[in-house]
Amino acid sequence: MFQAILQSFTTSINALWSNKVRSFLTMLGIIIGVGSVIVIMSIGAGAQNLILSQIESLGTNLIAVIPGHSEEEGFASVMSGFAVTTLKYDDVQSLRDNRDIPNIIEVAGYNKGFGSVKWRSESYNTSLTGTTASYLEVESGKIEKGRFFTKEEEKNLARVAVLGNDVKDELFGQSDAVGQRIKISNYTFEVIGVLKERGVVAFEDYDDQIFLPIKTAQRMMGINHIGLIRAKIDSEENFEKAIADIKIALRGQHNIKDQSGQSDDFSVRSSAQALGLLTMITDALKYFLTAMAALSLLVGGIGIMNIMLISVTERTREIGLRKALGANNFHILGQFLMEAVFITVLGGLIGIAGGILISFLVSVGAQILGYDWAFLILPSSILFALIVSIGIGLFFGFYPARKAGKLNPIKALRYE
Amino acid sequence: MAKTTNLIEVKNLRRTFGDGVQTQALRDVSFSVKPGEFVAIMGPSGSGKSTLMHILGLLDRASGGEYKFEGKNVNSLGDNELALLRNEKIGFIFQSFNLLQRATVLKNVALPLIYSKNKSNRDARAKKVLESVGLSHRLNYFTNQISGGERQRVAIARALVNNASVIFADEPTGNLDSKSGLQIMKILNRLNTEGHTIILVTHETYTAECAQRIIQMKDGEIISDEKVEKRRGIHSKDVIK
Repeated sequence: MFQAILQSFTTSINALWSNKVRSFLTMLGIIIGVGSVIVIMSIGAGAQNLILSQIESLGTNLIAVIPGHSEEEGFASVMSGFAVTTLKYDDVQSLRDNRDIPNIIEVAGYNKGFGSVKWRSESYNTSLTGTTASYLEVESGKIEKGRFFTKEEEKNLARVAVLGNDVKDELFGQSDAVGQRIKISNYTFEVIGVLKERGVVAFEDYDDQIFLPIKTAQRMMGINHIGLIRAKIDSEENFEKAIADIKIALRGQHNIKDQSGQSDDFSVRSSAQALGLLTMITDALKYFLTAMAALSLLVGGIGIMNIMLISVTERTREIGLRKALGANNFHILGQFLMEAVFITVLGGLIGIAGGILISFLVSVGAQILGYDWAFLILPSSILFALIVSIGIGLFFGFYPARKAGKLNPIKALRYE
Repeated sequence: MAKTTNLIEVKNLRRTFGDGVQTQALRDVSFSVKPGEFVAIMGPSGSGKSTLMHILGLLDRASGGEYKFEGKNVNSLGDNELALLRNEKIGFIFQSFNLLQRATVLKNVALPLIYSKNKSNRDARAKKVLESVGLSHRLNYFTNQISGGERQRVAIARALVNNASVIFADEPTGNLDSKSGLQIMKILNRLNTEGHTIILVTHETYTAECAQRIIQMKDGEIISDEKVEKRRGIHSKDVIK
C-alpha cells in the first residue's frame, strides 16, 4: 500500500516536473487563495488584538449606561439612528451620590457633538465632548498642562474648555494654549488645560476632541438629555452586583416599578460585554473576508480541474499504455488524483509561506506607523489552509482522474 | 486421448463497431493456441487482425462468442481483473514502440512491475531482461537518445519483465529498417525457443515466416490456418483448414 502511494507520488512528481511552468501557473490560484486566507486571518487577528487591547487600556472595570431599552447581548437602541432622550444629568448625579451602590468609584456623563473651533485666524473642525468633572478619574485620562474643570464649573455653565492633544497642536502649534480664549460655534471659551496624547482607542480619537462641562455643552447643543453614562467600578468581580444596583437605582430615579427589566428606558452594559460584542463583530468581519479569499481558492480549484482535464487528454496514449501493461482503473485514478493533490498541497505550502511573510511585513509596517500591532499567525489558519488545499485537490482532481481511470485502453492507445 | 490445455481458445468470436450503422470487424472466429506456439496473424488492412489481437490481448472485449485464456472464460471478468491478467500473463510489443519519453530505458522496462503484485527488485529485474536483449549499456538513456531498433528491443524487454505467458507483437518491424527488423525477429524466435508463446500480427511475409503457424484473415474471418514446417531450411506447409 505504502509502496503504491510512493510510486504514484514519484510518477506524479515526474509528470508535473516535465511541465514545470504549467504546473506553477496552475498552482498560482491556490498560492494566491491560501496566501490571502493566511494574510486575512493574521491581519484580522492582529487588528482584533489591537482594538481589544486598546479597549482594555481604557479599563475593563467600566459600566456603561445608554439611553433606551435593549436586549442583553444585542445592539443598543441608540444605534438605530434615533436620538433617545431618557437619560438626564440628574441620573449622573444620582448614581454618583447613591450610597446603595458601594462598588462605584466614580461616574461620568457624556454628550457628543461636532463643532468648529477658532483661535485668532486659525480654525479647526473637531469633536466636542460635554462631560462631567469626573471624566479623568473614570477614563484614566491625564493632564499634560493646566487642569480639568471642577464640579462647580460643571454645574455653573462655565465657559471653559480642555483640549485634546491634536486640537492644541492644530490651533496653537508650539505656543501655549492654557489661558487663551477660543471660539466654539460663536461662544467664547477659556482654555484651562490640555490632555496628554492618548491616540485612537476603539475607533475614537481621544486627541481630536475638546472637552467642555456637560451642562455648558448641552446648552450649546440645545439639548437636556445625556448620551452616555460611564461608571467606574472598584473591581471586575463586582460587575454583576454593580450592574444590578445601577438598574435598581435608575428605575427608582425614572419611577419604573417593573423590576423585570422589560420596562427599562435605559440599558446597562459592562465593558466586558462591549468587548464580547466587539469580538463578535471583528470575528464576523474576519470570517467574511476569509470566505471572500476562499472564493479565490474555488477559482484556483476550477483552474486545476481544467489543467488536469487537459493533462488527461494530452496523456491519453500514456494512459492507454499503462493500462495495456496492467494498470487498473484505480491505479490511473490514483495517479491523477495524486497529481492534483500534489499541485494543491505544494501551492498551499507556498501560499502559507507567502502569507506568513506578507503578514509579518504588515505587522512590521504597522509597528513602524506606531501601532502596537502583534504579528499573529494562528496555527488553526495553517491547518485550515492545508486541509482546504488537500480538499480542493481531491474535489477538483476527482473528475479528471476518474475520466482518466475509465478510459478504454485500446481507444486510449490509438488516440492521436 | 488426453486433452491438451490450450493457452488461448476462441469460439465464434464476433466484434461489431458503431451504434447506428454497425461494422462487423470479426465474424465467428474460432481457433486455439497452445503454449509455446509462434503464431502469425496475417491479412490486408481492415481484415480484422488488429481487432483480433486486441481482444486476445484483453485490451478489448468481444461483442459475442467465447474466449478462454488458460482455460478461464474471460468474458465474465471485470476491467480490473483483465488488467491484472494483462500485467501477469501478457506482454505487448507495438509498431510505434509506445515508450514513455520522459523515463529512462530502465524505468520504461520496469513500468509493468509498478502494477505487479510482486514489486520487489524492480530495477534488478528490468536490468536482467535488458541484458538479455543486449541493451545493458543503455540503462540510463532516455528513449529519444536511442535508435528505432533499440527502442523496439526496450519494448521487448518490457514485455518480458513480468515473465509473460504470451507476447503479442503488433507489426513489430513496421517502423524499422530491414536490418533492425531482422534483429527483432531473431529475438522473437529466440524467445519462442525459450518457451514463450508469441502471437505476431503482420502483413510482411518475411516476418510471418518466422512463425510455426500462419493464420490468414480477410473481412473479419479466418481464411486459412497453416502450420509452417521449418526443417532443413525448407518450408513445408501443412494445411489445417
